[in-house]
Order: sequence, then C-alpha cells, then structure tokens
Amino acid sequence: MHTKSISPWKEAVQAGLIAGAIAVLLNLVGMTTAFSGRYIVSGWFTMGQVLFLVPMFILAYTTARKIAPQPAMHTALAGLVCGVIGSAVQAGLVLLGQVVNLRAMFINASPQLFEILTFGRDLPGLLLLLLAGSIMGVVGAVIFLLPERLAKSVLQALLWILLLGLLRDLVSTVTAQWVIKTKAFPDWLGWAGVLITSLSTFINKTIYSASGLKPLSAIVLFLLVGAWAYWRYGRPKRARITGPLTRRQQTQRVLGLGGIALLFILLPSILGIFFAEILDNVGLYILMGLGLNIVVGFAGLLDLGYVAFYAIGAYAMGVLTSPELGFFNLTFWEALPFALLATVIAGVILGLPILKMRGDYLAIVTLGFGEIVRLLALSDWLRPWLGGTQGIQRIGQPTIGSIILDSQQDLYYLFLAAIGIVAFIAWRLKDSRIGRAWMAIREDEDVAMAMGINHVATKLLAFATGALFSGLAGTIFAAKLHSVYPHSMNFLVSINVLSLIIIGGMGSIPGVFVGAFVLIAAPDLLREFAEYRYLAYGALLVAMMLTRPEGLWPEERRRLELHEEEGEVPLGEPPPVLNTPGG
Amino acid sequence: MAEVLVSKKLTKRFGGLEALSRIDLEVQENSIQSIIGPNGAGKTTFFNCVTGFYTPEEGEIFFYTHNLTGLSPDRVTKLGVARTYQNIRLFKNMTVVENILVGMHPHMKAGLIQGILRDRATRREEQESLEEARRLLRFVGLRGRGDMMAMNLPYGEQRRLEIARAVASRPKLLLLDEPTAGMNPSETQDMVHFIRRLRDELGITILLIEHQMRVVMNISELITVLDFGEKIAEGTPAQIQKDTRVIEAYLGRGAASGLGQQQSALAG
Repeated sequence: MHTKSISPWKEAVQAGLIAGAIAVLLNLVGMTTAFSGRYIVSGWFTMGQVLFLVPMFILAYTTARKIAPQPAMHTALAGLVCGVIGSAVQAGLVLLGQVVNLRAMFINASPQLFEILTFGRDLPGLLLLLLAGSIMGVVGAVIFLLPERLAKSVLQALLWILLLGLLRDLVSTVTAQWVIKTKAFPDWLGWAGVLITSLSTFINKTIYSASGLKPLSAIVLFLLVGAWAYWRYGRPKRARITGPLTRRQQTQRVLGLGGIALLFILLPSILGIFFAEILDNVGLYILMGLGLNIVVGFAGLLDLGYVAFYAIGAYAMGVLTSPELGFFNLTFWEALPFALLATVIAGVILGLPILKMRGDYLAIVTLGFGEIVRLLALSDWLRPWLGGTQGIQRIGQPTIGSIILDSQQDLYYLFLAAIGIVAFIAWRLKDSRIGRAWMAIREDEDVAMAMGINHVATKLLAFATGALFSGLAGTIFAAKLHSVYPHSMNFLVSINVLSLIIIGGMGSIPGVFVGAFVLIAAPDLLREFAEYRYLAYGALLVAMMLTRPEGLWPEERRRLELHEEEGEVPLGEPPPVLNTPGG
Repeated sequence: MAEVLVSKKLTKRFGGLEALSRIDLEVQENSIQSIIGPNGAGKTTFFNCVTGFYTPEEGEIFFYTHNLTGLSPDRVTKLGVARTYQNIRLFKNMTVVENILVGMHPHMKAGLIQGILRDRATRREEQESLEEARRLLRFVGLRGRGDMMAMNLPYGEQRRLEIARAVASRPKLLLLDEPTAGMNPSETQDMVHFIRRLRDELGITILLIEHQMRVVMNISELITVLDFGEKIAEGTPAQIQKDTRVIEAYLGRGAASGLGQQQSALAG
C-alpha cells in the first residue's frame, strides 16, 4: 500500500546536488582554505577536507533514511550516486576555474583552493576527489543500515575524533601551562606535579602529534568512544520529566552540583590565562541569556532590543563612577544598586507602551528601542553626559577589601558569583506562581487574563527582571573594560543572546549555559571560525530548527502529580468525590 | 433565591452590526441555565461581555452586587466568574497540573520575592495548591494525567481539564461555551452528568451555551433563546419547546405551521 512513493534514485540525485551546492558554498566562502592547515588526524586528513567531503556523507545518510526501507545494495548505490554527484559538482568548479577567472567574483576561488580540492595532484586529482566523494556517500548510506545503536555510536565516535583533532592546539596550550604551574607546587605535592607533567607529556607526545591526532591514537580513541557510546545507548532512557527525588537521588544531585561548582571555581586555573577572557565573554552572555530567557522563554515576549538594558547598565555604571565625567565618583559597589535600579526602570518604561502588542509588532518595537538607546549614547546631544562616540573611560572597578578585581581571572569569579545568584533566581521563579503566570501569558494571553492574571503587572515584571539581569551583565562588562563605547552596544548582541537561547532550548536554564558555550566560546576557541561566525550561526540555527527545534538541552518538566502515587496521601480534608464522573 | 448574574439592557455593537441588543437576563443562584440560538445569535458575545473581553456600549451587568461592566477579565475572574471556550483553549505546553495551578492564580498570594526566597508560607501555599489540584483532577476524572502535557490529552479530557481549570479559581458562576461540542453521545451523557455534579457537589451556578437540544432540554432549568442579538424567548424546557418564535428562528417561518414535527425536532 503506497501512500506516496519516493523514487530512491531521484532522491539520491537530488541529495548529491544539494551536497555539491553546500560544498561549493563552503569552498567559495573560503572555509575550506582557511581550515586546510588544520590536521584532524596528522598526515591523514585536514579539517578543510572534512568540510568539502562531509556534505556528501551527511546527505547520503539522510537520503538512506528517507528512502528506507530499501535492499542494502540499493541503499549503498544511492549513497554512491549522492557521493559521486556531490564531488562531480565540485570537480566542475575546479574545471570551470581553469577556463574562467572566477576570482573576479569569488575571491576565494584561488589556485590554492583548487589544489586542496585536487589533493595537490592537478587535474588527475579530480579522480581522487570523485573517489573520496563516493566513499563518503557509500559510507554515509551504509552507516544507516547498521543497527541503530551501533550507527549512533559510530557517528558519535566520528564526531569526537573530529572535535579532539580540532582542539589539538588548545589542549596543548592548556597542558603546557599545567607543567609550568607544577613548578610552583610545594614539595609535599611533588608527586602531583610529576603526575601532571607526565599526563601532559602523554597527551602532547602520544595522543597528539605536532598537528592533529596521531593516526594510531585516533583509531584507539575512535574505538574507545564508540564502545562507551554503545554502552551508554544500551541503558534505559532517563525520563525527561523530573519528579520529587528520593533521598539517594538528592544526595547524588547535591554531589553533582557541588562537583560542577568546584569545576567552575577551578576552571581558570585549569585552562590558564589564555582562556580567562573567553570565559568572561561566555559569562557575560550567560547572564544576558538568563535574563532574556525570562522575557522570551518564560513569558514569550519576543524582545529584539535586549542590548538596550545591557547598555543602560554599562552606561549607568560609567556615569556613576567615572572621575572623567566627575558627576558622582562612586565606587563600583556603591554604584551597582543605582545602575541596576536604572535598568529596572528602563525595563518598565519599555514595557508600558508595548503591553498591548504581540508577536511581530512587539519584536519591531523592541528592536527600535534597542537602536534608540544606542543612538542616544552615540549622540552629540548627550555627549556631555555619555561621552558620545568616545564613550566613557576610567570606570570604577570592583574591589574586595583592598584588592582590586581587575585581572580577567578575578572578573571571572565576579561573573561566576553573579551567574550563581541569577541562575538561582531564574530557577526559583520558574516553578513559582509568577513563573506559571508568565508561561500562561506565553501560551495564551487572553485566557491567562481570564484566569485572573493581571497581564500588565505580569508582563512588566518579566521585562523588569530580564532588564535587571542584562543590566547586571552591563555593569560588570563596564568594570571589565574600564570603559564603555556605543559601538559595543549594537544589534548583534541582541541577536547573539536570542540565538543562544534558541540553540540551548527556549525556557531552559541549563540550555542557556550550553547555548553560550556553543555560540560564544566555540568561535573564540577556533580562530579560523571567527571569520565565519555568523555563517556558522545561521547554518546551526537552520539545522537546529530542522532537526532539533526544542534545543540542545530542552526544558524539563517537574513531575507534580506523581507524588501521590508514592503513598504519601496528603492530610487535610478528604477529596470531595472519589468516583469518576459519568459512571 | 438570589440572582447571581443580572444583565440590564445589554447592548454590544460591532460597527453597524448590533450583536446584542437590550438583553435582559437573570441567572438564579444554584441553577443551571442555558442560552441557545442559531449561529451568530450573539451567545458567545454575551459571554465575552460578562467576562470583560468586550465592553458593552449600553446596559449593565451585575454579579451579585458587583457591577461587572467595563471591568478587565482578570478582575471579573477574581470576583468569582469563570469560563470555558467554544474551541478549547488550554495552556498547551504546560502540564495538566500546571494548567490547574494557573487557574488557582487569583487566590494564591506568592509574589516575585516570595517566589525567589520560597519561605515557609510560600512552600505551604504551593503544597496546599498542589493537593487541591490533585483533588480537582480526581473530581474531573483525570487522576494520573497530571504530568502529561495538556496538548497530549484526548479531546474529551481536554474539555474536562478546561472546566477543571475554570473551577480551580473557585468561581460562584461558571460559563460553559458549548461543553459538549464534538462529543459522541456517550461522552455527551458523561458531560451532562458532570455538569450536574459541578452544581450539586460544588455549588457552582452554571450558565451554558449549547447546540445539542437533547442536552439543553435535559439539563436546563431555564432556557434563554437569542436570535440576531435579541432575546426572543425565555422559559422552562417545556415552554421553549412549544414557543412558536423559537421554532421560527430555528426552522424558518413556514415550518412553524407544522408544529408537531418541529417539537420533536427541538426535543432532539
């Protein structure tokens, strides 16, 4: 019984063309060339090669899934077709490049690119390209034929190899500074020093070569990760909904949280100075993400001008503390409550006129608000107070006793403390009367009002709370740079924060952390990526919406009713009726 | 008996169209009363005026001694009027229990600060509300469904959840907009039984809009008939079944002559 028959060959050809198009795009924007120096497995293949070959792999896999069930031979053939076509399209690009000067239009269509695509063997290398593409296609399709558990394990292992290979430079930087740190260890910790030094040597000399993973260690790691994933996928799935915890689970959870807290406290020491700056940036975005998560994730109010509150927090801190302007000359801690108050008031002021707006209209108006704040900061009119294009310099720094928190590492702890408080507040609010009111407004505003929820107060509360968190991020940011400039308050900040929430999972608090690490840390960690940050964001967002719209770490629902099944029948008045209606 | 709801010369216009014109209506305490009428007669508009979604152009609505005219929906709910919707409007991405907890919003107290600090009183309030929600779930026959997402409930249970959510606000008057729409005969029978229990066991006065004549005639103590925004008849089920104007409104003027048949049509 065919409801809709799919022709497998048509699908395969289509997938091949798509794969080719994606690969050509990656080639022409220069990503392939930029990553061609980065070996994943030393001497075997580079990230550049991965970029122009992986599209065939992925599309062959998805095609196999789409046309299933097919005989194994057909699936493999479809993969082959997809791979051949995908690489043929790229071969076409190389040939075209020989005839026409593509560089006039595509600056990256350089001889270097063609050399990479032909594996450095000129035109005969095109055959190699076709061969590699077909292998990719066949392997991608065949992986789908494996039992699901095995297939998922293989894919995960491949992904890890890719990641570990990419991170080679980082890991070696980090481990190198461990060795330096051990020199400062006291004598009685000498054994730890030896341990750390040999671990570092092991990682740098045995696992990694001067570039990328060593082939043998890549194979061993592949098998280890694959086996681990295979074991993990075999375990029963953990329910997504969490319930009241048993004593043992509670202990586990406390230990787990304690472990995570300890890890975060030690993180700057483990990673070294090089990463402190990146960690601070991540912290900044986590703070803003937690705030916007309340506005967008909980209350469903799409705010595209979120950077405004961040700017107001930063500028308020500047105006209140900078001796250059000389209005108040407060210290950081004295100024903090006033700066936060200013952002809350701004949140309410923005909230008031847009109470009646929904959806798209709300997004446009908030967008405008963000721009207005930026333009005001930039304007000549407010220059005497806000410094115009020059911004504000010599902003007060936070101190504890006589210690000035001015290094990136010190500020990391300031961020950590702020995040701890803000995450706690967000977590508590989520399961409170107010949190439910926010969610009700998100789901259906009219009905929420008919449930006795005052939409004015509730929405303003969401805006004010969101503004407060963002303002806090702004004040710490100002203290971190000792200065604020209008150009750091641009629209892209709002978009970044929104993207990280979407990628992490709307309304999910751990999702904010995951999203911030993926979006903010990852491009900083891989320098080659920095240039393609927004291309990668866009691709990631599209891919996420197609395959995992709920985000990387979606919101968990608490089990509330389950409680009674455990025999804890609550005291108090008996239930009005016990039988079910309609009996 | 006291009047729970009184509307006096209630008029609502949309541009040139008079959706409700000078409607007088009284609902007695502890009664079950229905509003019927052909499509577009103004039944749901009447509900929207009572619950504060629309502001009437003329006339007044009283709930006991409170004047509801022009109040916002949340104020009306806080006074003790709850409603359901013709097309079910649950908070789809929240769990069943959470839906009911939202319904309890008006008589819970915890604000932002209490929500963050979660002090003893707030914890107790949450605990008690949760217990009440569970009792309510048992009452409406949704025991064990509490942790499902509302959108994953079957249709009939969504209707019940919507009523449970309305009941959670501890209303004195409940407005039900076509509670049996889309239900099969046995589900409809259950719903009729259930509505009676709401009145008998919880003491809630009920005003409902209904299209299924069998339900209306079976359940109502008083029926009000609207047609083109006007009240054309009011009386007990027996009186309404005999009323020529009602039969005209439903079946057209010509049909009113063959009265015998139409009576049976209205009786369902």
